[in-house]
Amino acid sequence: MEYAIELRHITKTFGRVVANHNVSLAVRQGEILSLLGENGSGKTTLMNMISGIYYPDSGEIFVKGKPAEIRSPKDAYALGIGMVHQHFKLIDVFTAVENIALVLDKHEKYDLKAIKARARAICDKYAFDIDLDQKVYEMSVSQKQTLEIVKMLYRGAEILILDEPTAVLTPQETDKLFAVLRNMRADGKSIIIITHKLHEVLSISDRVSILRKGEYAGTVDTDMATEASLTELMVGKKVELNIERPEPVNRHLRLSVHNLSVTNAEGVRVLNNISFEAFSGEILGIAGISGNGQKELLEAIAGLQNVDPDSSVVYFPDDDRDSTAEQLIGKTPKSIRDMGVHLSFVPEDRLGMGLVGSMSMVDNMMLKSYGNGHSIFADRKAPRHLAEEIKESLGVVTPSINTPVSRLSGGNVQKVLVGREIADAPSVLMTAYAVRGLDINTSYTIYHLLNEQKQKGVAIIYVGEDLDVLVDLCDRILVLCDGHNNGIVDGRTTTKEELGLLMTALQENKGGAAR
Amino acid sequence: MDTLIAWILRAIPFGTIIMYGALGETLTQKSGNLNLGVPGIMYLGGFAGFASAYLYENTAANPSAFVTVVLALCCAFAASVIGGMIYSFLTITLRANQNVTGLALTTFGMGVANFFGVYILDGRTATQTMIYKTFQTKIPGLSAMGVPGQLIFGYGFMVYAAIVLAVILHIFLTRTRTGLNLRAVGENPATADASGINVTRYKYAATCIGAGISGLGGLYYVLDYNQGIWATTGQIEALGWLAVALVIFTTWKPLSAIWGSYLFGILYWLYQFLPTLMGFSVPGYVTDLIQMVPYVVTIAVLIITSLRKKRENQPPASLGLAYFREER
Repeated sequence: MEYAIELRHITKTFGRVVANHNVSLAVRQGEILSLLGENGSGKTTLMNMISGIYYPDSGEIFVKGKPAEIRSPKDAYALGIGMVHQHFKLIDVFTAVENIALVLDKHEKYDLKAIKARARAICDKYAFDIDLDQKVYEMSVSQKQTLEIVKMLYRGAEILILDEPTAVLTPQETDKLFAVLRNMRADGKSIIIITHKLHEVLSISDRVSILRKGEYAGTVDTDMATEASLTELMVGKKVELNIERPEPVNRHLRLSVHNLSVTNAEGVRVLNNISFEAFSGEILGIAGISGNGQKELLEAIAGLQNVDPDSSVVYFPDDDRDSTAEQLIGKTPKSIRDMGVHLSFVPEDRLGMGLVGSMSMVDNMMLKSYGNGHSIFADRKAPRHLAEEIKESLGVVTPSINTPVSRLSGGNVQKVLVGREIADAPSVLMTAYAVRGLDINTSYTIYHLLNEQKQKGVAIIYVGEDLDVLVDLCDRILVLCDGHNNGIVDGRTTTKEELGLLMTALQENKGGAAR
Repeated sequence: MDTLIAWILRAIPFGTIIMYGALGETLTQKSGNLNLGVPGIMYLGGFAGFASAYLYENTAANPSAFVTVVLALCCAFAASVIGGMIYSFLTITLRANQNVTGLALTTFGMGVANFFGVYILDGRTATQTMIYKTFQTKIPGLSAMGVPGQLIFGYGFMVYAAIVLAVILHIFLTRTRTGLNLRAVGENPATADASGINVTRYKYAATCIGAGISGLGGLYYVLDYNQGIWATTGQIEALGWLAVALVIFTTWKPLSAIWGSYLFGILYWLYQFLPTLMGFSVPGYVTDLIQMVPYVVTIAVLIITSLRKKRENQPPASLGLAYFREER
């Protein structure tokens, strides 16, 4: 049987890290193939080789049965291959039509009106909803994604690759996207979709190919697959699904937040009179739909955010409530540190706020310790030691501790960041989406680290998005809704349904009746 | 009234020098290359144009004006393109820092021009070519028609060529596929690359041709504005920086460079004509201050465009950044 595209024995390495090793897979005409794999398993690299961004070190690619040499994106287009990347390849200041015109063949006449008419026809055919005269910087994420797909179809793509298309979409937008993809499949297009979300894999695809640590782990028909069977193929071994939750020990008040409000630059009140208490030896979960004030809350506590008057964050170093309580509001991160408050923060933006991408592990460790000691020269030995230790104990996959951290995969970057933050022996540890984009094994490593810290008496604030994890990991869960404290629930007794309701429906007596 | 006319007659040729510089630099920057070597490139262009004309006139038995003009234009363009190629090779192929490379090119261009300038001057303080008359030839008939004729038609051909060039550049950038592709390269090279555009080729071409155009500003300065006199001075450098400022002032729009450059010319000569016009005198040390006005205006434009945050008025998004496909 002839495949739309077939890969045989593809290998690609970056430095000493093998991204793909001897991978073979094939896509039939008129089918949706899911490409499944943990983070860093080489899915995106593999697809980048089909779309001409990278060139394989060895192996062959066949398009419609013929051997193909894909040296550049141009070659890929000529073969009818189009890829929608995770980060959209669009020019912000151009209109939709201009962006489409960018990919045209040289011999096609440059006539924006004609291009617009043809693009409109494609949109109508597959039921895309988009304004072709809109500038890209005015578009929503979902519109940009739609434009990317229209762009590829305009160029005559027969094989469409989508790299984690649903990661940025709301459930409604996802449904719309899937409907469009099914239309395209019915039209005979072949679609490869990279994703982590198992229920999406099961709902959209015909077959699933799985990569494990850069190697091909097999292909199954979706009809035959279950979430459990796919997970097993993906991780290679049975993963313990129960997250441990030790009982809080030596629990006493650590952080008291009172009437915390934040107004952003646009004058919108993103946090409204938030009050809660965090205790040592306990994990306090923060649940909420993304963008409901989680970021501002953590940054306000860390001293990175301007807060409204009357906001108060009081820190208690030990059981003695009154004697040494410290007000953190109005202080910079440095002055908070100088007060002896060990506040560790694992931000959402790992390579922006957390680490410096172009610096090595060692230098990133130094970001926290450069001020130590009295010598005019910074101590390089201790951070080097720490970097080695983190690499060893957390299993960071990197050619060397001197490799820039931006070259590591997302999970390894997070291990470096979390490793550094807990090495500081914090008394309060705040994490924002600590496991976002991480594979299951790394996620468990992180949960384990958090529990370790909890048992050491650290007050942990865990901002999460996966309700199952929140319910399994946290002792108490604060739910943010539209910048309000919409209630604090007990992690041991609550249900996903209860959390979901609190996240989506603002309660009357917002302010946290349940302590 | 006479002062005003004299002012404009001074401002337009002055503006033309920096218009060439700015048009070339706009083309370069649209590809994402911030070439701060404009002053050096204008030196190279000015010197190559002058030297070729000078040597031809002094060696040929019967030099023809036409050949001299074409020769000077070609040599100025070619020498500037070489400057652009040096910059391109360093920043695009070797991915050197653009600011450092540009500044080095400025020093290099100045040094080369002044070094060979000394050779040509050969002990004299200034040397003159004959062809400046061809460059300065006004449009016959029309330029004699009173004040309007003088104001509109009373310049050498390169003044009009600059305007035509600005219009062509505008059409190229907004109406053609190649122009669209070039803007894409400057905005987001990764996207352009993924669209099948040869980023390296576009950057090289835009930078080299841009340098060639900038260099014509130097040629115009020496062979028309300065009446064909080569003297080793630092004047071209100041003009080069003004050209860079003009690119920002026009928010990367070639059409705006036409009036923008003349406005810069008027502002630059403010120190000489405004006091006469208003009837007061200005001490010498203040003139330098007044000559800064174009830069002040540029800063004002930067502040205004930054405050308004209109995306169309912002510099090309990847300006100053090297592009490497496999970087993550």
